[in-house]
Amino acid sequence: MADQAPLICRDIHKTFDQLEVLKGISLETRKGDVVSLIGSSGSGKSTFLRCINLLETPTSGDIIVHGDPIRFTTNRKGERIPADNKQVELIRAKLSMVFQSFNLWSHMTVLENIIEAPIHVLKVPKKEAIERAEAYLNKVGIYERKDYYPAQMSGGQQQRAAIARALAMEPEVMLFDEPTSALDPELVGEVLKVMQSLAEEGRTMIVVTHEMAFARDVSSQVLFLHQGVIEEQGTPEKVFDHPDSERMKQFLTPNF
Amino acid sequence: MLDLKGYGPALMDGAIVTIELAFLSLALSVALGLIGASAKLSQSRVAKGIATTYTTLIRGVPDLVMMLLFYYGGQVAVNMLSDYIWEAYEIDFFFQFDPFISGVVTIGLIFGAYMTETFRGAFLAVETGQIEAARAYGFTRFHTFRRIMLPQMLRHALPGLGNNWQVLLKTTALVSIIGLTDMVRVAEEAAKAERMPFHFFIPVAFVYLALTAGSELFIKWLDKRANVGVVQGS
Repeated sequence: MADQAPLICRDIHKTFDQLEVLKGISLETRKGDVVSLIGSSGSGKSTFLRCINLLETPTSGDIIVHGDPIRFTTNRKGERIPADNKQVELIRAKLSMVFQSFNLWSHMTVLENIIEAPIHVLKVPKKEAIERAEAYLNKVGIYERKDYYPAQMSGGQQQRAAIARALAMEPEVMLFDEPTSALDPELVGEVLKVMQSLAEEGRTMIVVTHEMAFARDVSSQVLFLHQGVIEEQGTPEKVFDHPDSERMKQFLTPNF
Repeated sequence: MLDLKGYGPALMDGAIVTIELAFLSLALSVALGLIGASAKLSQSRVAKGIATTYTTLIRGVPDLVMMLLFYYGGQVAVNMLSDYIWEAYEIDFFFQFDPFISGVVTIGLIFGAYMTETFRGAFLAVETGQIEAARAYGFTRFHTFRRIMLPQMLRHALPGLGNNWQVLLKTTALVSIIGLTDMVRVAEEAAKAERMPFHFFIPVAFVYLALTAGSELFIKWLDKRANVGVVQGS
């Protein structure tokens, strides 16, 4: 069981009203994989990421987290919904998410933000949760800000705090939803550096990003999405240097 | 020194009735407000309908009319129910509609409607990202509500809540007309008997003023605590 895939997604479809946003996306990860999801706005990459931890419920398709397939059922209106909320909570605790706009809880200090879920969801004793939090704050380089409130910090510091919050769950997979898109350009580097160090430690990560340099240098797998389908997939060398798809070639050509 | 002509202790008791009435009504109205706001924001059409009927009805009828309706109408309803139960089952069931209880229920119901609107707005003001983060970390619905939703909504609700509380406190004066011996009722009797309206009503006015001023300070303090972590614009 040691080498069980942390996350498998099979043929994920998602329809909002009449609009089909995802038209069958599959993804299989191995432990330590860093998967970059790239593509233009509206290609469905963020929706796919949100389907993985069920912030959106996929219209069809399977999600298997560390060998545990998520169970679905149908409600009275005929919509597909998760069958077991407890299972969903359990699975979410294994897939921590880093959001584009950080979403740190604004009424809590950085430290409180980080220990909240470990204490209440994972039932880690408070003392241990604090030790863990402090270690991860050190790692992302904002230990001295632990008693600040989110609004008192820069965007880059907030996002690093959010990464520490995700790390404190000691998750199977970390999900990053455009983690640098809301940052001022001079703050992007500090967040990418932290993410690169996590990748080097062998953490399994799925990253929706517009940072092509990061996708090329850090990923083990790149998925290029276009209009809800995977247009191009493979190692960074393959996707960036020898793409088969015309769209991928266009995507890579800078046009001013 | 103010000479209350022997009415001092009665006025004091009346003031205590006023305060008890106000706090119990506040507790009831906050509970109703939370339920009402949750119902209005729920997916269920039935819950939404009931909550909307409640707030529309209550906010459209004068407080005084409501109070008379509950006190006199409430007793008549109890009497009718009691007659019916006696005739049908020969069970002796009766209770007197106490003016204090009718006061608490009426004021609680009235302000529950205002609280519903205050809380509804406050719930809507919480950023969706805050709730989404809680869900994404595996929080239960209850835990999300208690640890994230409630503290964040409180910040938006406090100004309205404070306002409602002050109006509620003053509305308690209305219960004197349904025969509850609150501070106002005692002052009215004393003023009539002694023919000294200023002498009795002015101290009563000051008690209300002291209560509202005190609560204002308390609410300011609460507001400061609830806004911790929010950067204030100058």
